[in-house]
Amino acid sequence: MRAGNLQLDSHGRLKHFLAIEGLSPQLLTQILDNAERFAPVGDRAVKKVPLLRGKTVANLFFEPSTRTRTTFDLAAKRLSADVLNINIEASSTKKGESLGDTLRNLEAMQCDMFVVRHQTSGAADFIARQVAPHISVINGGDGRHEHPTQAMLDAFTIRRLKHRFDHLKVAIVGDVAHSRVARSEIHALRILGVPDIRVVGPRTLLPSGIEAMGVTVHHSLDEGIEGADVVIMLRLQQERMQSALLPSAHEYFREYGLTAARLKRAAKDAIVMHPGPINRGVEIASAVADGAQSVILQQVTYGIAVRMAVMAMVMGTQSQSSALAQGGADGD
Amino acid sequence: MGIRLMGGRVLDPASTLDEVTDVYVLGGVIVGLGRAPRGFKAKREIAVEGCIVAPGLVDLGSRLREPGFEHKATIASEARAAVRGGVTTLCTAPDTHPILDTPAMVEQIHQFASAARGARIKCLGALTVGLAGEVLAEMHALKAAGCVAVTNLERTIKDTSVLKHALAYAASANLTVFLHSEDYWLGRQGHMHEGATSTRLGIPGISRAAEIIGLHRDLTLIAETGVRAHLCRISTGEALKSLAEARRAKLPVTADTSILNLLYTDEDAGEFDANFHLRPPLRAARDRSALQSGVKRGTLEAIGAYHEPHDVDAKAAPFALTEPGASTLDTFLSSLLGLVAKGAFDLRSAFRAASLAPNQILGLPGGRLAVGAPADLCVFDPTATWEVTSATLLSQGKNNPLLGTRVTGHNKLTLVGGNVVYDSLGKAH
Repeated sequence: MRAGNLQLDSHGRLKHFLAIEGLSPQLLTQILDNAERFAPVGDRAVKKVPLLRGKTVANLFFEPSTRTRTTFDLAAKRLSADVLNINIEASSTKKGESLGDTLRNLEAMQCDMFVVRHQTSGAADFIARQVAPHISVINGGDGRHEHPTQAMLDAFTIRRLKHRFDHLKVAIVGDVAHSRVARSEIHALRILGVPDIRVVGPRTLLPSGIEAMGVTVHHSLDEGIEGADVVIMLRLQQERMQSALLPSAHEYFREYGLTAARLKRAAKDAIVMHPGPINRGVEIASAVADGAQSVILQQVTYGIAVRMAVMAMVMGTQSQSSALAQGGADGD
Repeated sequence: MGIRLMGGRVLDPASTLDEVTDVYVLGGVIVGLGRAPRGFKAKREIAVEGCIVAPGLVDLGSRLREPGFEHKATIASEARAAVRGGVTTLCTAPDTHPILDTPAMVEQIHQFASAARGARIKCLGALTVGLAGEVLAEMHALKAAGCVAVTNLERTIKDTSVLKHALAYAASANLTVFLHSEDYWLGRQGHMHEGATSTRLGIPGISRAAEIIGLHRDLTLIAETGVRAHLCRISTGEALKSLAEARRAKLPVTADTSILNLLYTDEDAGEFDANFHLRPPLRAARDRSALQSGVKRGTLEAIGAYHEPHDVDAKAAPFALTEPGASTLDTFLSSLLGLVAKGAFDLRSAFRAASLAPNQILGLPGGRLAVGAPADLCVFDPTATWEVTSATLLSQGKNNPLLGTRVTGHNKLTLVGGNVVYDSLGKAH
């Protein structure tokens, strides 16, 4: 795998974090273990460790995002890095400056890390090939391709609540075709050993050949979530109705919306996840989103710890990270 | 002046000729095989032992980029790259700037071409004004100016009635139309073959249906208008069945596939390698093997290089944002020989598909190695290997998918119209 090699250095350590595909179970477990050590930092009075002091992190968002950018921002600040938030709307790059030129300008500002969100698949991969060797790139979501930190925070949430991966049934429901979250999720769950991964949705929202990624395909929600331990609901965007992939939000909710009644088909102790932002009454009923089985807000909290872990690892400070994170906790 | 090519293995795709013999050239044509014609005086005797002497290759659709896109390539740069690679005729596509839709443009290109002293350049005129798919181009004038065919390229004509009229008008002007069959709506948002790889990479796909539906629309209108049509860059296995049916119905159609669709599959785009961003896209392995056997059986008469040189910036972006197309002229011959070595088809079929058939499709006399045929020849060492690097590619476009690999087959000598336009015999490669 080209991407797999690109994101690892010559010692097999994480240099960039671009995609889940191609990474080893050991490395994913290491990310989860490191995130576990960073999680207590958020509970302290002083929510900071000095791991990235003196480093500059640039959040490059070519596509609008609130949650992902905010949690990356918080993660970097909790690691004591200086953070630069740059919103580069697609329209301004179309005015003439190429992606390469944008990057060279930012390099000239002596940044150490780029967190990139871009509307085109492969953008993070492209940027990682372009930057100077000392710069690390973290993919904050590229087109429909991957959103690896989201997958890792979901894996973190699942591990905290379910403890093991090797006996789980996981259903991913909704717009898989347009979802980078779904792709990263499928890779991560497979690599971590989940034996039963299902994708659920109408034919128009499930991409051709998805079975090759190691999932089973279901067009009925009832069938797809039967006995599931984890139900991951995906966000449905309004554009899908305009491009004739679906008739209406109303019909979508009736067929694929997760309601309390439907959730009964899943395992008794099933957890419900969603990468956010949620559309109440479109893919998920409020009663479920706010219900006892929902872990949607925990996902957001864990997202910070996971992103701290990944940032520390790509900057080569993971060896000190456990000592500092834990040492700091003792000191508080 | 007379030229004698001595001791090469002489291959004629139009006959059974395949033997070591001498070729005599005079006045732009082949005047003798094995024996000099009476009174022949060789001004130049060239020893070509160990080499194969064959008719020069033809590209049915090259982007020469001039005028308008000289930062990508020029007629001179690509005409030189062509003859270095054993390609003696290039059809230049009409999507220049301005669009090649007037006789004045044809004339200008012919002027550039004659100054270039490389491959022959034949113009493909625009089928509609500005390739916009709305108003018919002045096809009679384009033909009179020297266009060998007309085409709207990949810019699918959305309005089927305009397409029907364009084909009918071309038929009455006795012009061949080159068609790139694709359904506009199914093709417009995709960037690679729809399948497991596009799903994995999250790149919007182009389904096989885009080609099949486009092809059926085209074939139906060909039947109705009686136009002579050449179907370009067939990429799916399914299309071959439709083509075979069209043949049985005696429709006046020929068809080709691109050398890249014979070599690669969608999986080769691997991790967003923009040099594999092509239109039509690289398809699955089963399509590739169907295309290979299509060439072998003759369902696909021709193979096109479909040379599309680009500047570095055109490919320096995430996959879907790059311009489609690959630079192929330098490696066309090696790629054909590679397919022969893999057993896709034999050497004679390769030259039939990449030289004889294209000449016939264009209504040109070349592609044969026989007395009286034009002396457009390539002479190559079939076993020599060379490294494909930015430096070894003569094309101004370095977007060649074979970059960084070692290929077999090295062209040594090229004649166009009986003149030596490229000679590296005796030189190290």
